[in-house]
Amino acid sequence: MSGESTYNPSNGVSKWLDSRLPILRLAHDSFVDYPTPKNLNYWWTFGGILSFCLVTQIITGIILAMHYTPHVDFAFNSVEHIMRDVNYGWMLRYIHANGASMFFIAVYIHMFRGMYYGSYKAPREVLWILGVIIYILMMAAAFMGYVLPWGQMSLWGATVITNLFGAIPLVGENIAIWLWGGFSVDNPTLNRFFSLHYLIPFLIAGVVVLHIWALHVPGNNNPVGISVKGKQDTVPFHPYYTVKDGFALTLFLILFSYFIFFAPNVLGHADNYIPANPLVTPAHIVPEWYLLPFYAILRAVPDKLGGVVLMFGAIFVMFLLPWLDTSKVRSARYRPLFRQFYVLFILDCLLLGYLGAQPAEGVYIVLARVGTVYYFAHFLLILPILGLVEKPKEVPESISEAVLPAAPQAAE
Amino acid sequence: MKNLTLKTLAASAFLVAGLLSPAHAAGDAKHPEVMDWSFNGPTGTFDRNALRRGFQVYKEVCASCHGLSQVSFRNLSQDGGPEFSEAEVKAIAAEYTVEDGPDSYGDMFERPALPKDRFVEPYPNENAGRAANGGAYPPDLSLITKARSGGADYLHALLTGYSEAPDGVEMRPGLYYNPYMAGGKIAMPSPLLEDIIEYGDGTPATVEQMSSDVVQFLTWAAEPELEARKRTGIMVIIYLTIFAGLMYFSMRKIWADQH
Repeated sequence: MSGESTYNPSNGVSKWLDSRLPILRLAHDSFVDYPTPKNLNYWWTFGGILSFCLVTQIITGIILAMHYTPHVDFAFNSVEHIMRDVNYGWMLRYIHANGASMFFIAVYIHMFRGMYYGSYKAPREVLWILGVIIYILMMAAAFMGYVLPWGQMSLWGATVITNLFGAIPLVGENIAIWLWGGFSVDNPTLNRFFSLHYLIPFLIAGVVVLHIWALHVPGNNNPVGISVKGKQDTVPFHPYYTVKDGFALTLFLILFSYFIFFAPNVLGHADNYIPANPLVTPAHIVPEWYLLPFYAILRAVPDKLGGVVLMFGAIFVMFLLPWLDTSKVRSARYRPLFRQFYVLFILDCLLLGYLGAQPAEGVYIVLARVGTVYYFAHFLLILPILGLVEKPKEVPESISEAVLPAAPQAAE
Repeated sequence: MKNLTLKTLAASAFLVAGLLSPAHAAGDAKHPEVMDWSFNGPTGTFDRNALRRGFQVYKEVCASCHGLSQVSFRNLSQDGGPEFSEAEVKAIAAEYTVEDGPDSYGDMFERPALPKDRFVEPYPNENAGRAANGGAYPPDLSLITKARSGGADYLHALLTGYSEAPDGVEMRPGLYYNPYMAGGKIAMPSPLLEDIIEYGDGTPATVEQMSSDVVQFLTWAAEPELEARKRTGIMVIIYLTIFAGLMYFSMRKIWADQH
């Protein structure tokens, strides 16, 4: 964060508080007068949208937990009790269930925005790493949350994922038994998943604070990827970006509302409205859509341990992204070659997502292998080499020059 | 702006593919015909008379094997459902007997059902259900339209889709051919036959009519909040659209000094 604090306590109480706990000063400097590049586009509004998603999930989740029973004999019925007997219970649950999907839509846009504009590059590596940690925590929270209604996909999804740990050599089986609290996914598993599902969002909230802290030290990246040179490049966060984020959030809420009120179950799986039954395996066990690319990678490998390693590798490789990308230019606007590969990478992720929903057989397996190889090649080969061979376009001198093109310089 | 369109394209492709990618792999069952239900669409509502007829079909046909365990008799008089009067619901409930107790002597006793009671299960437990049906347990119908991909369309196609097994398909006794069932074989014989019931309102009891009515009733049983949900949704979206407009013009005004 550049510059001195501009907070000016306006009355006796805030003066008194400021000399004891300058929390209002912190809030003022972080969310009111925080200098923000003036050229941020709508892809930058997803940070605020994600904060909104987290708060929404926590509030609806706390209320749902007041009516939910984490026991294999009662969980399914307690969810139906919420849907049928609790006042606006259907709305709370549909907000929470679809909220998870909306959270992931927003986080994927946020991540792909970071990848496009090079927001992970120095000096923002720690910011990016904290983001990846949040993403991993989100996946854990979402996976455990999906288990709670104790439908068929809850039970069998949990069985597939926890069985992955059984692939670890020597100790795998014992780890799986330890995770289950028994010899299969059963009541102890449901109970601990509920406990952890309640815990993780608060861990996320903690890492979000660090994420915002790490953002406010170097300040925002921006679409041209050039560092802020001075006051002429920035505007105060409030009101400029509070209103822009607010507008984008409202549009996002319209999409969110569409799912809650008119298509509340399209993102879920019908089998999860069948009570969990350990004796009947569903024809196709499919995770929620946001985990499908990783599920495709898992199944692409003929060896169980290999699949598990690659699946976790696909997530952990993101930690290394700041060092795998060797280009000094941040924004893809000035990287013509990278832009092509960026689009290919998105298509590859979509392909893997599609394949994750298909049965693991025939041509799907072959495509999943190609997709998996390309996924890792993007990080481990293409990005390092591209930075060395690509000739970037000319980067403007400053944000102001990029935003107000040519006119002042025309005389020169 | 080429740059922008590329991004927009990529982002929207990502969104669309993410949302529409079939989260369920296709089975080998025939695709059900998509019906024009009155409850479809953002302003959809149930047809009150169809719900009442559908309740009659459930009660007189389905209920002999299928439970409706999540639904209480009192739900039948709630807004957005069949909307029977409270007196009618009391009379409907009183036709059933439930076990209650223990009384002050410690004995269980039987009494007529009250509106607060759940629908009475056809079998005392799952094993009894299996024993009575050649090993196949008739599933509870409370959530059936949500628990099957294709929902109401699937159920309607299944109920009306029984036919002779094509050549080469071997049917074991106790299994019936139905192309809409995954695998083509179902343990339930065609439950609806013309005039198997007599509708209270005089509607001719064709298979198509009964199927359409009972599917509508079961959709309500699975989603009793459907009408309230859609009504609320319309208001929420109108509110948000107006709010988005206000936000947009506020944004334009605030940013005016920066352009």
